Amino acid sequence: MQQIIFFFLRNKNFLLFSILFLTAISLTINSHSFHNTRFMSSANFLSGRIYTAKSNVTSYFGLKKDNQILHDENMLLLKELEHYKTLSIIEKKDSCMLPVKYEFIAARVINNTYSKSKNLLTINKGSNDGLRIDMGVITSNGVVGIVNTVSKKYATVQSILNTNSQINARLKNSNHFGSLTWNAKTPNVVQLIDINRLAPVKVGDTIITDGKSTIFPEGIFIGTIKAYEMGENDSYHLDIQLFNDMTSVKHVYVIENADAEEIQLLEKEGEDAQ
Amino acid sequence: MHNSEIISNGLRFILLALLQVLLLNHINFLGYINPYLYILFILLFPLGGNKSLLIFLSFLLGLSIDLFSDSGGIHAAASVFIAYIRPLILKFSFGVSYEYNMVKVNKAPLAERISYISFMVFLHHLILFSLEIFSFSHTSLLFKSILFSSIFSILLIFCTLLLFSRKS
Repeated sequence: MQQIIFFFLRNKNFLLFSILFLTAISLTINSHSFHNTRFMSSANFLSGRIYTAKSNVTSYFGLKKDNQILHDENMLLLKELEHYKTLSIIEKKDSCMLPVKYEFIAARVINNTYSKSKNLLTINKGSNDGLRIDMGVITSNGVVGIVNTVSKKYATVQSILNTNSQINARLKNSNHFGSLTWNAKTPNVVQLIDINRLAPVKVGDTIITDGKSTIFPEGIFIGTIKAYEMGENDSYHLDIQLFNDMTSVKHVYVIENADAEEIQLLEKEGEDAQ
Repeated sequence: MHNSEIISNGLRFILLALLQVLLLNHINFLGYINPYLYILFILLFPLGGNKSLLIFLSFLLGLSIDLFSDSGGIHAAASVFIAYIRPLILKFSFGVSYEYNMVKVNKAPLAERISYISFMVFLHHLILFSLEIFSFSHTSLLFKSILFSSIFSILLIFCTLLLFSRKS
């Protein structure tokens, strides 16, 4: 017995080190798997507070540019509104309104990373504001990412610049689709893989979201083709230049899809039935 | 440890953690190079101090950096590792004088100081980036990150030491 105690006392540093090291490694592995980082994320109480305080100060530095972006967006929306006005005069379908499928929640980015291989953003809206895991996040320029973890007041967003990220996207001109990944090399350039070799691909073509997932509505802009090459399995491998400058996103919109639960339930039943 | 040492180390802990998460994590020089100054806490921890305490504090420090940068436990793992291996590196860099508790990091000869700091920083970054990137398909990125971030961190640590060294 005494020997055991002596053994522990002699090796206490090594034991302490191994316990803590293994804890850290398991935390790391947990964070590499999707949706498992609820407590160990910057969406928690303390870090959320500190990042908000920091963002309150630093947001003043970009006011001019932010105003310009909002101004441009307003212009675009005004134009579209005008377009719809003329449409609704010509054809008035029904007097009762259908419930809208997509709701938008405005949020501010309080922390942003883009230099790591698994980048996350922290935003200042949480479950209190109706955010849930797996909602899409966009700016007026295009896709930003997908909500990863949610706390009461804050949420983290898995950026499009994350090697775990997989977003459905397609060419705007044709309906050929693939999935959007990132090879961690350059910020603002992502890869679109598994595009069929029959697809007409040209440098400069626009890439938009595919309406097949419940996360993003169809037709949200992503970027333009920068370069392409024939990859494995006879499919194209495209480099996409993002419309968004991911290094300076500040104001984002979270997309809430009212039908998401229904579709997911249906798909799950379909899988179970097989 | 004396009271003044407890206070100065506690202050250093908080200041370095805040400086790291609020400023240094956002430098992104050339897109991906960040200095990790917070390991200065582990480097400057009293050489004769309690080793278990240092290991535990390094874990806490790393974990708080991880909390802010959403990185799981990579900083915690790297910090705990260099805290544990520190006596070995001290012995290697400072030789016999370390065993007689004669060393002051600020007053040691330059070559010994460089080897101590570089070894610690390099080992820390090696573990940090291997855990962060966690795949063999990005090996070139891994080596580039380790090399450039190490250089940046070592330079910054030397500047900080020079800036805050007391004239005797």
